[in-house]
Amino acid sequence: MTVESAHPWMANSTPEAKAAMLRKIGAPSIESLFAQIPEDHRFRGTLDLPPALASEVALKRHMLGLLKKNADCETNLSFLGAGIWQHHVPAVVDEIAGRSEFLTNVWGTPMSDHGRNQAWFEFCSQLGELIGLEFVGLPVYSWGCAIGYAVRMAARMNGRREVLVPASMDPERLDVLRQYAEPDGSAGHIAVVPVAFDAATGLLDLADLKSKISAKTGAVYFENPGFLGVIETQGAAIAAMARAVGAECIVGVDPISLGVLAPPAEYGADLVVGTIQTLGVHMSCGGGAGGFIASRDEERYAREYPTLNISIAPTVNRGEWGFALSLSHQSSYGMREEGKDWTGNSVYLHAIAASAYMTLMGPKGFAEIGERILQRTAHAANLLGSVKGVRPRFTQGLFKEVVLDFTATGRSVSAINKALLAQGMFGGRDLSDLPGFEGCALYAFTEIHTAEDVRRLATALTEIVT
Amino acid sequence: MSPAPQLYRQASWHEPVVMALGAPGRRGLLFPAVESEVAALGDTASLVPASMRRRNAPALPEMTEHDTLRHYLRLSQQILGMVGISLFGTCTMKYNPRVSEALGLRPQMAALHPLQDPSTLQGVLEILWNFDNILRALSGMDRFTFQAAGGADAAYTHVCVTRGWLASRGELGERDEIITSIQAHPCNPATAAAAGFKVITLPLEEGGYPSLDALRASLGPRTAALMIGNPDDMGIYNPQMKEWVRLTKEAGALAFYDHANFNGVMGKIRARDLGFDACMFMLHKTFGGPKGGGGPAVGAYGCSAELEPFLPRPLVAKRSDGSFALDVPAHSVGKVREFLGNVHIVMRAYAWARGMGAAGIHEASDLSVLANNYMQKGLSAIRGVAVSNPDVEGPRMEMTRYGVGPLKQDTGIGVVELGNRMTDYGIDAPWLSHEPWVVPEPFTPEAGELWSKEDIDTWVAVVAKVCEEAYSDPDLVRTAPHHAAIGKVLAEGCEDPARWATTWRAFQRKHGDAARQAAE
Repeated sequence: MTVESAHPWMANSTPEAKAAMLRKIGAPSIESLFAQIPEDHRFRGTLDLPPALASEVALKRHMLGLLKKNADCETNLSFLGAGIWQHHVPAVVDEIAGRSEFLTNVWGTPMSDHGRNQAWFEFCSQLGELIGLEFVGLPVYSWGCAIGYAVRMAARMNGRREVLVPASMDPERLDVLRQYAEPDGSAGHIAVVPVAFDAATGLLDLADLKSKISAKTGAVYFENPGFLGVIETQGAAIAAMARAVGAECIVGVDPISLGVLAPPAEYGADLVVGTIQTLGVHMSCGGGAGGFIASRDEERYAREYPTLNISIAPTVNRGEWGFALSLSHQSSYGMREEGKDWTGNSVYLHAIAASAYMTLMGPKGFAEIGERILQRTAHAANLLGSVKGVRPRFTQGLFKEVVLDFTATGRSVSAINKALLAQGMFGGRDLSDLPGFEGCALYAFTEIHTAEDVRRLATALTEIVT
Repeated sequence: MSPAPQLYRQASWHEPVVMALGAPGRRGLLFPAVESEVAALGDTASLVPASMRRRNAPALPEMTEHDTLRHYLRLSQQILGMVGISLFGTCTMKYNPRVSEALGLRPQMAALHPLQDPSTLQGVLEILWNFDNILRALSGMDRFTFQAAGGADAAYTHVCVTRGWLASRGELGERDEIITSIQAHPCNPATAAAAGFKVITLPLEEGGYPSLDALRASLGPRTAALMIGNPDDMGIYNPQMKEWVRLTKEAGALAFYDHANFNGVMGKIRARDLGFDACMFMLHKTFGGPKGGGGPAVGAYGCSAELEPFLPRPLVAKRSDGSFALDVPAHSVGKVREFLGNVHIVMRAYAWARGMGAAGIHEASDLSVLANNYMQKGLSAIRGVAVSNPDVEGPRMEMTRYGVGPLKQDTGIGVVELGNRMTDYGIDAPWLSHEPWVVPEPFTPEAGELWSKEDIDTWVAVVAKVCEEAYSDPDLVRTAPHHAAIGKVLAEGCEDPARWATTWRAFQRKHGDAARQAAE
């Protein structure tokens, strides 16, 4: 088969190039170059693919036709969060992450790709300042995957196969953790044990934690802010309880909160994981997900990282610094099945975006966005709580997310969300899959929302539930 | 066009680490003040419980918008990153159509939330469905998931699905071995081990691949799966693969095809036709998605109808009215990653496949194999370069592994030095080889369908030039690069706990004086 004209993405799709190359090889035909493949392996049918759209004109028209079938969060007013959040992505970040050199590079040498390595180091450095830790690995697939890796790191360190997690944990991230923890019956199974939380405050129930934690516990995991939007105030106590039994304390964070919330290392986190999507990465229907793992710069932690890591290092020129991979031999690239879990492509372009974003933000930007989100969340909880039948489950110490209980309205979350959708609004995530939260939804408020947006939501909810 | 190698000079900005830039009080990004009704709720400090307030501001740079842009533009100019010629083998370097990049920034893609009602995501769900069908046509498989965030993650998906399948048959824990070959990508044994399996690695034998006898000896009642790639990175296609799969199935195990090296066989073979139960494609290489220095990526995992019920949730379904919805497979193993995966990369892969069409995809595998054999003619004529598996005659597939073992022996110059010197000519250093190195001083170029005959000529001419230099002036090569942004990095300290530093604060603690100087 041949295409009718040379293709814009294939330089040698001209008869002249093909003929010249065949001549040099001394082969009679391109087909003859496939001689290694036995005939009974070959597919000789016709590929059943839709027609080619080789012109950009036709391709763009087709793709836009599909994409326009989506309703997006710019045209509509969205209150969805729960793992992916709508934050402002500065235009400068798009410009930087879209640069060909960042977009298309692969593993160059420390010298030829110095700029990218420096940007990676700056990503780790800035994140390290926010979370208060000195060792930060290059990013992993997502927050959920970061939890899974960190729990496995802890299990390798202390040989224990149990992790305690809040019962209020995001079911999405919990699903990923359960995968990494291996199912019961698999050789490396790690038991994932939920710890109750206080129904009134949303905080972890320390009495239940005390009853469940033991010398068998390898790690205690909690998040700040928690999945339900509540700032966990007992971090130091939880970390101390973990330490007392020789378990690792793993804290999950959304770094956008760290201009106003204490860095987790300060209250005793041994390992910190979290999302990087909120740092200048578009939601992209979940494609914006990205995660990280960090710890104190101690060898016993560093030697368990499954990530690739980039270290600053001197060059042959006095006073000049470059960057090179650190501890890469312990990865699966170096040691195959003996390596630390596995490593591959991750979300390194998101790390570039996040690095540029953190640079734009600076300390004052993080303080400001944190304050705005605190204020907007409190305002939203307050205002929406005034809608008849709607009750915020938690009212104190909220960051970005609010659980709204619609039980008293007699309307289901799905019915409410359907009605909101008809008015161009995306209601919060239905929490019916979280035990004890039937009839509740998780609403997110960020710096992109205005008081007017929240009033519009309150007005719509008032109409819907009455 | 003359392929005579031209020296290149990289920009060298002496750009400090961003942590040392900026000045107190500068701002790069502001946020709107809250309205009076919001402010009326009181002091923001009162909104954070006292024990949880941040007391010390993070030591981040304070930069303007313009200074931030310039800093990262300077860094970008210090990345060779395919602006020259990159024949980075096993990664299948492709052009990333900018039309897709532009589409990806549109709100109809960028500003979508994965938990939106499916009725509002009909466009992306249709793209996922359509692309699933394209991959079905290319592989013969019955169903694909795009949740895996890379090729290794797709291998992980396979071992997770294998666990689910074994559990459904009461064989989880019984069948606890996975067989692979020493030439298979490390992600295959690594993910198998991370999922609780023991790994059996077959060595290479005559012809460049493991023998059927070795496979037979390893298969048994404990075998859960075979995880294998074909062709390998030497460009050798294992002609016994059908028999491999037959024996694996006969032993009651699953056969998984790591299709990382798909570019040379696109449209020529189909995994399911060879008997495989599952396969994976890398959308960020074979299907034109951007490399991004390592993701975001997608490992598209496809399987037979028998395994479909075990796939990660959710899966896109097409309803009888033509609309699209999300379903949970009956015995789903759960999730390997949050949500639907890197949907924006699937969108790019779909656009690439539509831009190519069936004939274009055939043409691409034709050109990949043509280009590689053309390149081999040139490279194998260079003094100091050896072709891997010299006993294997005839054309190779889309890439060939070489070694500069002879050059090293003659001149002391190895492949790392060769690569460093190549960058002085504006050529990205080639991919070497995964561990372990079967070929001494290996390198593995792959031209694919993208790079022109002239690019290949230039690339070969640069290798020839550097090999000549190695014979005539080895110090010139040993001390390369000479035209990069910085001098050769001394990486020994990166393995030393007292010296490694993955963050600026670790650097400051461990290298106090130097850090202060670097900040000046």
